[in-house]
Amino acid sequence: MPEVTGTTWNVYDANTLTQAEIYGRVLTELGEKDARIVALTADLARSTKIGVFGERFPERLVNVGIAEQNLFGMAAGMAKAGLVPFVSTMSVFASMRALEQVRTDICYQGLDVKIIATHGGISFGQAGTTHHCTEDIAIMRALAGMTVIVPADGFETANAVRACVERPGPAYIRLGRGFEPLHYDSEDYGFRIGQAVEIAPGGDFTIVCCGVAVYHAAQAATILAETDGVSVRVLNMHTLKPLDDAAVLSAARETGHILTVEEHTVIGGLGSAVADVLAQSGVACTFAKVGLPDCYSEVGYPEDLYCHYGIDIDGIVDRIRVMLGIVAELDEDWEDEV
Amino acid sequence: MPLTDDEVRDLQAKARELRCLMIDVTTWAGGAHIGGALSSADLLTALYYKYLNVRPDEPDWAQRDRFVLSKGHAGVGLASVLADRGYFPGGLLHEFNHFKSPFGMHLDGGKVPGVDASTGSLGHGLSQALGMAWGARYQKESWLTYCLLGDGECNEGSVWEAAMAASHHGATNLITLVDRNGLMIDGPTEEVMSLEPLADKWRAFGFQVVEIDGHDFVQIAAAIEGARARAGRPLAGRSGAGRPGAAAGPSAASGAASADTAGRPTVIIANTVKGKGVDFMEGNVKWHYGSLDSELAEKAKASITGRRT
Repeated sequence: MPEVTGTTWNVYDANTLTQAEIYGRVLTELGEKDARIVALTADLARSTKIGVFGERFPERLVNVGIAEQNLFGMAAGMAKAGLVPFVSTMSVFASMRALEQVRTDICYQGLDVKIIATHGGISFGQAGTTHHCTEDIAIMRALAGMTVIVPADGFETANAVRACVERPGPAYIRLGRGFEPLHYDSEDYGFRIGQAVEIAPGGDFTIVCCGVAVYHAAQAATILAETDGVSVRVLNMHTLKPLDDAAVLSAARETGHILTVEEHTVIGGLGSAVADVLAQSGVACTFAKVGLPDCYSEVGYPEDLYCHYGIDIDGIVDRIRVMLGIVAELDEDWEDEV
Repeated sequence: MPLTDDEVRDLQAKARELRCLMIDVTTWAGGAHIGGALSSADLLTALYYKYLNVRPDEPDWAQRDRFVLSKGHAGVGLASVLADRGYFPGGLLHEFNHFKSPFGMHLDGGKVPGVDASTGSLGHGLSQALGMAWGARYQKESWLTYCLLGDGECNEGSVWEAAMAASHHGATNLITLVDRNGLMIDGPTEEVMSLEPLADKWRAFGFQVVEIDGHDFVQIAAAIEGARARAGRPLAGRSGAGRPGAAAGPSAASGAASADTAGRPTVIIANTVKGKGVDFMEGNVKWHYGSLDSELAEKAKASITGRRT
């Protein structure tokens, strides 16, 4: 079934709104049509932008205060009563503070609860490591029945929010803080849950990425094509679970090299998911993962942190050159650099 | 409306029958949380044979009252009640705990008809029940949600997160019961982690508190009827006169809420005896979880029914 998006032009303007604000607008639009949609948050209505929904439907937004266990338990009960609750809080609390409620109350019971986890990864880098969340994809992937989506930008967030309402069962949609650059220029590129989007064709190498890494990977592919003559395929693997195995295997067979890039620890996230598919397939290719190493992330503005951990354009370009054995500065002639 | 003498006798007889079934299921299962099932048996009997508006032949009926067994380890008790009420054939209980059985010690709502929430991990039930109650009110439905907590379970912080939210939202259509049997796995609640003053704690969280003897059907009925009146759902008119001479029970349980307590959800703290009905289990912390051979099961049932062995 195609994800018909329709009236997005009057719902939000992606150039002026953050990813989370777009989510709030789209949820409000969905709420106009579907009275089953209700919303919950734990004193983060403003930060997560679920408050946009609450301004339109005050009687349909429950703020439980700073109490995440009750947040997810109540959402489970509301789903049991026939509603479709959207729950928003920061990803670090959604994935860890209330994990057992998410696992036992929501996933085990197969309930229609949609979790919109904001401030994922190191997108709130300056807040300090208590507010980073570099483990949530690994955690959520391990929960049976959970759909896990990491949208690339605001447009993809809109698509993901619409699509998860149509898909029965729990979903975890991981957003950044909301100031990430746009990759897409509209919603109309054929988003489907579980289906990777090839955002650049290529036959020499493949980058598999999600979230904010999609923007950086796309730019990196352009640089590699222009300066190194390397044709890089870029797969936006927005859905981490269920993973698009076929897209991974095609990439391995057709390009022979895969690099995964994610704003997450390299343990258990996108890279591990792709590695699982490759290791069980018998398809050989060179393979590497870019993400955060096994550590607690440094403090700083996200752009600096992306650079530090090699998740940015330059980091991706450098890593691919190493994998392909390209020595970029062989001639030591600086004239051609300016 | 107080119970009639006949109603009390019938409920007592039903509770004895159910306690015997719980003993049987524990025996078939090879072990179960029998102590806390027996302590809550009279509460379950009153709910399922008097107050819950449910249809056993239509377990998912949208208008039914909901019941969340937050002390999910008492699944052996609830499963026995549901079988007796006709949700599924009682013979299925022979499989309790067995390989691929629908019945684990902690019941799975996806597998056992009539189970409104899959519980077992303590501290999860009240939030779910509150979510259901909120959903009923949002959809302008009149069904009620009942939630039975264990007393040891009240150590869990999440119980108090839910309690705070229930009173904040004035969830009078949520009726909470606490099976105050005084024991947890490692010993008396007051030694392991003291709960007292428990009633004051609930009061401080904004609840209307009713304390009763959880084995006295007259008091149980008065407390539930009081809570229903506060929820705007008094029991529909019933034939037969009130029980002459019966005390109204706890003061707060009678009639509608007074103005200063209107909007407060009700918690019924039911003082009970762990292992109630079986002389060698009563008040014995070792029977939180236990198994019985057929000989011991016969002794247990004899104790429940007052029959000589």
